[in-house]
Amino acid sequence: MADGAIAARFRLAYPGFALDVDLELPGRGVTALFGPSGSGKSTALRCIAGLARAPDGLLKIGGDVWQDEARGVFVPTHRRALGMVFQDASLFSHLTVKGNLDYGMTRARVTAAEASRDALCEMLDIAALAERWPDTLSGGERQRVAIARALLTRPQLLLMDEPLASLDVARRLDVLPYLERLRDELDIPIIYVSHAPEEVTRIADEAVVLDRGRVVARGAPLDVLPSASRLVEGGRFGVVNALKARVVAVDDVYGVTRLAHPAGEILIAARLTQREARVVMRATDVALATSEPRDTSVRTILRGRIEKIDATESALAFVTLTLVGGDRLVSAITRLALDELRLTVGADVFALVKSVALDERGL
Amino acid sequence: MPTSEDFAAIWLTLKLATIVTFLLLLIGAPLAWWLARTESWLKGPLGAVVALPLVLPPTVLGFYLLLAMGPHGPLGRLMAFLGVAPLPFTFAGLVVASLFYSLPFVVQPIQNAFEAMGDRPLEAAATLRASPLDAFFTVALPLARPGLVTAAILGFAHTVGEFGVVLMIGGAIPDKTRVVSVLIYDQVESMNYERAHWLAGGMLLFSFCVLLALYGRRRNGRNG
Repeated sequence: MADGAIAARFRLAYPGFALDVDLELPGRGVTALFGPSGSGKSTALRCIAGLARAPDGLLKIGGDVWQDEARGVFVPTHRRALGMVFQDASLFSHLTVKGNLDYGMTRARVTAAEASRDALCEMLDIAALAERWPDTLSGGERQRVAIARALLTRPQLLLMDEPLASLDVARRLDVLPYLERLRDELDIPIIYVSHAPEEVTRIADEAVVLDRGRVVARGAPLDVLPSASRLVEGGRFGVVNALKARVVAVDDVYGVTRLAHPAGEILIAARLTQREARVVMRATDVALATSEPRDTSVRTILRGRIEKIDATESALAFVTLTLVGGDRLVSAITRLALDELRLTVGADVFALVKSVALDERGL
Repeated sequence: MPTSEDFAAIWLTLKLATIVTFLLLLIGAPLAWWLARTESWLKGPLGAVVALPLVLPPTVLGFYLLLAMGPHGPLGRLMAFLGVAPLPFTFAGLVVASLFYSLPFVVQPIQNAFEAMGDRPLEAAATLRASPLDAFFTVALPLARPGLVTAAILGFAHTVGEFGVVLMIGGAIPDKTRVVSVLIYDQVESMNYERAHWLAGGMLLFSFCVLLALYGRRRNGRNG
């Protein structure tokens, strides 16, 4: 087991539900536990936190043993160096934002320099909220305070239980960039529970797919999510691609931005100010053609080769391409189209993305 | 006009209610906490025992308390063992009896408040390194504040308003056990209606004000 890595084994049965997982998780980066409701992902997280106790569970993180029932070891939650963010933020309503932030910090006996505390509040944009009461915060602000509160205890491990699920779509897009920044700047492992494929693809380095209490797949999000997305309602819309591209020109007449990518030019229906952008495109917004289409309104056409085809039992098929330049791109098309175009692995294709589906919100 | 006798009874009543309320909050909060969170089979029976004074005639409660405090009862023996004077017909006896009598009025609002907050605040506290005892004092109690205030008001008012148990345990010894409700009874018995009016009217006004404060608080919202 690598330094800082996590080994977790939990078997737990309730009437009508059984959890049986044996996981080795990396000691860094974001690991998503993905699955539909009732798949056991939140229960697994609660076991890691010590809020639920599996009778013969085992949990090791780095050199520490937090649970080893065979030896009678069970470290209670308040003695585990972890931070947890709940779906509903769970700020203490009788304390101000500052009081909430201090609560964990004083108890963890963290002598975090004021500077690092300020930097974290700055990064999460909550510095101005210190004297406010939780009641007066928006959902997104509350969640950001909860994240800061957890991180200020200097945890060895950060657990996040559907932190965006209680927010509406606009708020979710508000918080998502902060999570991406955390991922890039924290050096502790994050376990992120979600049933939203889009969050998983955007945030996680690795996804563990759970269904009915068992691990059914794991790997890079883009590898496992196309087939796993059928587990959740509307999941196909959540399979998203993210391509890095360089801004070449902003067309002020038409209000669009042109970006260069090795596989072709990407057009975005917005004026961008940055030099480089991470363009998020839904698999359902990507169409495929076997020859380069000429008479089409679609402005973004990327060249690639079919690497993998996941045909589901439903009408849908996910086609994974390797684009020129090496990036991967997933397209969701109908099985009917798949067969009529006679698409096979290894075939060269053109991926068509409507520019109006791309704007700054997805960046 | 009220007499010094009346003021002595009022003073005694307020002293009794204050001491009982204070003690009941100390006893009631942990008891309510246990009742709200336990999964033990004892929850049902103990909850029922706590609620008994709600349904029992005060005479039944008074009768058994009198037996328990008597020279052959468990409380009486304990007092004798400790070398303390017997409880019946003393102020201390009134306090003990009132503790039982007013217990449900204090325990139930606190228990409801604890149950309403659910597990989540305590789980959050645990993930922030608070031990269960720490979380009880720094999260559960502050969040249950509206319930605690309701409990204190109800416990106080109910102790002020008790009669049957007081009469059986304490009798009507001036300055020791003759509280307002007992004095009113005595005045009516001796046909002193005018003097009974002063006290009875005062009690009516007091009770109305307490309930007004209580329901006004509830209507004004969560933070009360």
